[in-house]
Amino acid sequence: MSPEELVERIKSLLGEFVKDVKIWKNDYIEVEVDKENIEEVAKRMKEFGFDHVKDLTVVDYMKEGFFRIIYNLGSYDNFELSYYIVGIAYNIPRDKPVTKTLYYTYTSADFQEREAYEAFGIIFEGHPDLRPVLLSPPVAELKPLRKDFVVKEDPEIITKKK
Amino acid sequence: MSGIIRTQGAQVGFNDLKLPGMWSRKIGKDLYEIFIGPQHPGSGHMRIVIRVDGDVIVEADPDMGYVHRTMEKLSEVRTWIKGIPLFERMAIHDACNVTLPYVRAVEKLMDIEAPERAKYLRVLLCEINRIAAFLYGFGIFGVFLGHSTMYMWPFGDREVWVELAEWLTGARLTHSYPVFGGVRRDVPAGFTDALRKAIRYMRKRLEDYRKIFVDNPVIRARLEGVGVIPKNLAIELGITGPNLRASGVKYDVRLNHPYEVYDQLDFEIPVFQEGDAYARVWQRVEEIKQSLNILEQVADWLDKHPRTPILHDKFWKTAPPLYKKIFEETGRAKLGAVYAIMKVPAGKAYERAETARGEISYYVESNGGNKPYRIRIHSASARNALVYKYIVPGHRVMDLPAIYGSIDYFPPEADR
Repeated sequence: MSPEELVERIKSLLGEFVKDVKIWKNDYIEVEVDKENIEEVAKRMKEFGFDHVKDLTVVDYMKEGFFRIIYNLGSYDNFELSYYIVGIAYNIPRDKPVTKTLYYTYTSADFQEREAYEAFGIIFEGHPDLRPVLLSPPVAELKPLRKDFVVKEDPEIITKKK
Repeated sequence: MSGIIRTQGAQVGFNDLKLPGMWSRKIGKDLYEIFIGPQHPGSGHMRIVIRVDGDVIVEADPDMGYVHRTMEKLSEVRTWIKGIPLFERMAIHDACNVTLPYVRAVEKLMDIEAPERAKYLRVLLCEINRIAAFLYGFGIFGVFLGHSTMYMWPFGDREVWVELAEWLTGARLTHSYPVFGGVRRDVPAGFTDALRKAIRYMRKRLEDYRKIFVDNPVIRARLEGVGVIPKNLAIELGITGPNLRASGVKYDVRLNHPYEVYDQLDFEIPVFQEGDAYARVWQRVEEIKQSLNILEQVADWLDKHPRTPILHDKFWKTAPPLYKKIFEETGRAKLGAVYAIMKVPAGKAYERAETARGEISYYVESNGGNKPYRIRIHSASARNALVYKYIVPGHRVMDLPAIYGSIDYFPPEADR
């Protein structure tokens, strides 16, 4: 299956839920949807054959003022689909980081939603056990993976300051 | 009941069950909470909070993060090349496998590909690392089960592979071997002969392991039927690596999304159907055999082909004549200054690889600068950690070390 074919099948599967599709470097497909439809999209994707969440990525676009949440789905059972990763992406505003959990569709997202919660402060409504997993609570309060949490790094070798 | 195990500073220091060296607290009729770890006889750095009714675990809560090193955040403030030595600290004895998808993701963004010889060299170190990591896992497993010979033997035999890796790369563990566009060094003279000798030795040793450990009636009694992960549950939880394949799922990144030269090599993906701790031990033994087969083929290929550049032209053409002379004489490719100032075109790439413990995935996003905008790593052990929450309940306390060891859980890799 070529990536274009897979995109066509995903489009027909999700219908009007799809806002935008991008194929990155031939094997990573990013499907943008709306926050409101994410549960229905996840259910359809799971029935289609993407049976687990490979990883849950959150990207902080501080200047634009939103978080982009990407559920990167993979397949174990379907050989053809397992070549591809499909990222189901949606944006939520930075000042109100609240979204719905996909725990009840994808158990594999359990700890990863907790990770996104501790690192970015995103509240996954309905998650049965939302608490930090890697960080201790005082550190998690700082939301360390947000872009406004600045780490001072050693000076670059090649830096030209005028 | 999930979500109620929370330990705050004020609650520590209780010992209702009077267990030596362990916290325990009564939380209901016939219900006790026991804290296992973070210092325990195996690999350490991880705590499992269990609730027991008598000897049966009714709830388990893995408490990770004791060796969390904020790698995702640190990578955002470092230049691209500095990510390689950073990420390999996740699993130092599996360094090549762990950093390879990062290198490949950046190569994807730059639209370059390593030369064929570099690809074979990467596979060579990947498989050496894989065998060493499996042997490390066996050693830890032996400790868990109180089998001290199985601790000594694999750790001794692992030395063979670690020394081969040192000979090839110059470092025992953190090799930083694959770099953007290729690898750092070519094989030294006489390396393939030593490799073949090591392969012969390892095949013999696997038979010894079978006699003393895998077919040992005591070990079988502790492992058979313990920690069964049914196939559908393994898929649902997203378990990965040998643990997944021991549950009957034929999934291996080397097969499903071939990278480097794995599609040109002849090897099998062993699959077991039982899904218990014993099947997971056999799974690893079989995988070592397949890795040995791969190494043999790589050694043959390297013998047949003369030395050619091992770095992509984009980087190698900027190398001064002195560097090229050193490469011709010793096979070492010194990294040019171009790596320190390189910028990666804007875009996203997703890359994964099969490490010894399972699939590792990297999401790499660049905004065109000299540092990554966002790197998300999800390692194999982090995914396998779900086993403790969903598989352990229902087992006896005695089974916990057997399950922990059979999963081959490695805390530094899980915590990142």
